[in-house]
Amino acid sequence: MTSDSLHTPWTGYSPQAAWDEAVDVHGKVREPYARVYAEIDRMSGDDLYARAEALASTYLAQGVTFDHAGEERPFPLDIVPRVIGADEWDIISPGVAQRVRTLEAFLADVYGSQRCVTDGIVPRKLIASSQYFYRSVAGVDPANGVRVHVSGIDLVRDQHGIWRVLEDNVRVPSGVSYVLSNRRAMSQMFPDMFGAMGVRPVLEYSQRLRSALAKAAPEDVDDPTIVVLTPGVFNSAYYEHSLLARTMGVELVEGRDLETHNGRVYMRTTAGRRRVDVIYRRIDDDYLDPIAFRPDSTLGAPGLINAARMGNVTIANAVGNGVADDKLIYTYMPDLTRYYLGEEPILPNVDTWRLEEPEAREEVMDRLHELVVKPVDGAGGKGVTIGPKVSKTELEAVRKQILADPRGWVAQPVVQLSTVPTLTEEGLDPRHVDLRPFAINDGDDVWVLPGGLTRVALAKGQLIVNSSQGGGSKDTWVLGGVRHRGTAQPPPEARVEFSGIGSVPQASHPEDYAAGQEQQQQQQQQGEPKATAQADDAADHLGANGHDGGEG
Amino acid sequence: MLSRIAESLFWIGRYVERADNTARLLDVHLNVLLEDPWVDEPSANASILAVMNCEFEGPVSRSDVLATLAFDRDRSSSIAGTMAAARENARRAREVISTEVWESLNMTRNQLPRWSQASRPHEYFVWVRERAAVVWGLSSATTSRDDAWHFMELGRSLERADMIARLLMTRSLEGTTGPNWTTLLRTCSAHEAYLRTVRALVTEERAAEFLLIDRLFPRSIAYNLDRAETILSEIDGAGASRALADRARLALGRARTNLEYRDVGEILADLPAQMREVQKACATASDLIRDRYFLPASTVMWSQEAL
Repeated sequence: MTSDSLHTPWTGYSPQAAWDEAVDVHGKVREPYARVYAEIDRMSGDDLYARAEALASTYLAQGVTFDHAGEERPFPLDIVPRVIGADEWDIISPGVAQRVRTLEAFLADVYGSQRCVTDGIVPRKLIASSQYFYRSVAGVDPANGVRVHVSGIDLVRDQHGIWRVLEDNVRVPSGVSYVLSNRRAMSQMFPDMFGAMGVRPVLEYSQRLRSALAKAAPEDVDDPTIVVLTPGVFNSAYYEHSLLARTMGVELVEGRDLETHNGRVYMRTTAGRRRVDVIYRRIDDDYLDPIAFRPDSTLGAPGLINAARMGNVTIANAVGNGVADDKLIYTYMPDLTRYYLGEEPILPNVDTWRLEEPEAREEVMDRLHELVVKPVDGAGGKGVTIGPKVSKTELEAVRKQILADPRGWVAQPVVQLSTVPTLTEEGLDPRHVDLRPFAINDGDDVWVLPGGLTRVALAKGQLIVNSSQGGGSKDTWVLGGVRHRGTAQPPPEARVEFSGIGSVPQASHPEDYAAGQEQQQQQQQQGEPKATAQADDAADHLGANGHDGGEG
Repeated sequence: MLSRIAESLFWIGRYVERADNTARLLDVHLNVLLEDPWVDEPSANASILAVMNCEFEGPVSRSDVLATLAFDRDRSSSIAGTMAAARENARRAREVISTEVWESLNMTRNQLPRWSQASRPHEYFVWVRERAAVVWGLSSATTSRDDAWHFMELGRSLERADMIARLLMTRSLEGTTGPNWTTLLRTCSAHEAYLRTVRALVTEERAAEFLLIDRLFPRSIAYNLDRAETILSEIDGAGASRALADRARLALGRARTNLEYRDVGEILADLPAQMREVQKACATASDLIRDRYFLPASTVMWSQEAL
C-alpha cells in the first residue's frame, strides 16, 4: 500500500511445505484473506505488536485466563484472525452436522439394541472393551432423544487443502468460551475490517445452548431449571463454565450445591431446596456420581445417575458418550455414516491404522518413525508421539507400549496441518492450526457455530496445538454473513421514526446554559491570544474561576 | 440464590469494606505517629495491631504495622489480603455479579503488587479507598436489588459497623493520646456532614454521638446496624428456619439500642468495652447468618442414598 516503506509486517512471510491458508505457493494472497492482508500491510510492525499487547492486557483485566501448572495466565490470542471463506464453510457445516447425526445414531444404537454389532459393522468386543461404555446407562432413553447436546468435532486441513476430521469430542468438549471472548476482543481491535468483511456472528451460541437444554428437559416440566455443573474454581476451564452460566442466565453449581431426594435433584439455595431439571455438566462421567462411579469423587453429587435413570433430570451431555469418541470407533465413522444415514461422509477421516489388528501392526511397526501414534482414549495431546520428532529410544518405548496394549493405540500418517500467519517474536510466520467447530443438537436440528476455536501451535514446526501444550488461539472468521452496515438505505418507515428522535429537549439547570454565561465565555476567549487553539483550556479556566467565586 | 454464591457475595461485601476502612484506620494511625510528640511508638503500634486482632511478638515498628495490615497477601485483616480474597470470591460468584464489578475487582487485585513498594503509604490508602468506591459505585449501578444485592449489602453494613467500632477504639490506644475527634470525623469522611448537621465546633460528645448514632449519616455505627437489620428482613426465604435470622436481627438491634438509649457520656467513659460489644454483636450476627443461609441443612445424604 505505502510506497515509501517497503518493509511491512508481511516481509519475509514464506509458507513451508504445509497448505498455507493465507498465501498460496506462488506467494499470491488467497481471496478470503485479501482484506486482512491489506489491513495488516498498512500497519507498521510496532503497531501490530502494540495491538497484540493490548489484546493480552484486556484479557488479563477481564480475567480470560486458564490455569497452567497452577498459575493463572491470560489465554493466548493471536492478533491475526483466521478467515474461512463461505464456500469452505458450506462443506464444513453440513459435514459436522452429518458427523453429529451419525454419532447420535451410533450412541442410541450402542445403548439400545446394538444393531451395528449384529449387522457386523462394528465388532462387539470393541464396544465391550471400551472403558467408556457404561452398562449403568444402557436402556436409558434421553427425554428428546439427544445424547450429544454439545459436540466439538476437531478438523484439520491437510497439505492439499482438504478438510478432514481429526477426532470427535462428544463428552465435555471445551473451548467455546474462548470463541466468544476472542470475537469480542478482536472485533474491538479491528472494527473497520470486521464490519466490512461480513463475518458471521457467534454470539447466539449461549441462547442456542440454553434452548437446546430446555428442550432436553424431562417431559412433564414446563419451565425447566437449568444448571451448569462445574468441578469448581480450580478447574482449568472454570472461566468457560462461569461464562456459559452467565450468558445463559442460569446457576453455576458445584457438586456440593446439589442433593438428591427420592430420585429428584435439588440445589441448596438461601430460600431452601430448589428442583433442578437439566444439568449441563462439565464434569467427566467418572466423577459425576460417587454411587455409580468413583466412590472417592467429591466433585459430583450422589444419586445423580439414579435420578437420570428415573427420568427426573436430564444430564447433558449424556453419560457414556465416551464410547463414541474413542479413537478406534473413529476409524469406523465413515462406515457408520453410510450405515445409519445412508449418506456418503462429507468430511473424510485421517487414515488410521487400528493397532489391535495384526495386519495393521505388521504394516506399521517398522515405520513408527514416520507416523503419529496416539492412545485411543487420550485428550489434550497427552501421550501423542510424532514419529519424525522423537529419538530412537523414545520410539522403542512407544513400540513396547503398543505391544503391551494393542487395543489402546492407533497410528496415523503425519498430517501436515495447514498454516496461518501468526505473530511471533520474529514477526509474522506460518504456524500450524486446527479447528474445533462446536455443534448444538436440540433434537430437531444440528446447529454448527459459524467459526469455532482455532488452536495454533506457537512453536515453529510444532504440530500439537492443545493449550495445555503451549498452544494459542485465533479468532475464526467465517465469511458470508449478511452485511448490515452502510449498505442499504433505511426503509421509508424507519425515516418517519427518525424524525421523531430528538424532539424531546434534554433539560438542564436553568443557570448553567444561560445567555449571560455564554457571553462571559466568549469574552474570556477573546481575551486569550490563541482562543481557538486553546478553547479547552479557556473552558477549564472558566470552570476554576467559577468554583472559586462560589466559595469566596 | 445458591447458598455458596450468597456466602461469596456476603464476603465480597465484607472484604471490600474492610479494605476501605483499614486504609482509613492506617492513614490516621500514621498521622498520629507523626503529630503526637510524646508518642510511644512501639506500644501504639502494638495496640493498633491488637485492635485489628493481629498477634505480633516483640516491639512493633511502623513498617511491621504496614506489612501486617497493608501489604500481607495472606492475612484476612490486611488490605492486600482482603482485596485479593474479595476477587477470589468474585471469581467464584462470577456468573452472578456484573462484568463491571468483576473487572474492577480483578483489576484491583492485578494492580496490588505494584503498590507493595510504595514509598508514600498515603497514596496507597487513597488508591484503596478509590478502588473500593469504584466497586461500590459499579455494583450499585449494575446490580438488581435482589438477594445478590442484599447479601453483599449485608456483609458491607456489618463490616462497616464493626470497623468504625475498631476505629473508635484507637481513641484509647496505649502509648499515645490517639487521634482527636476532628481527625476521626475526617477519617470517616464525616467532618463536613458533622458541621452541617451539628452546626457547632467539634466537641467530644457531639462528635462521638455523630459517629455512634446519627440516623442519617451512612458511616455511623447505628446507621449500619439498622441497615443490616433491614436487609435481613428483606432477604427472601421466610419459613422454617426464620428463627436464626431473627436471632441475628436481635443481636444487631440490641447493640444498636444500647448505643442509642445510653447516655453518650457513659459510653465515652467506657469506650473500648462498648466498642468491643458492637464488634461482638456483629460477629454473632455473622455466625447466625452463616448458619441460616450458607451452611447445608444436612450432609448425610450420600450415605442414605447408598444404603
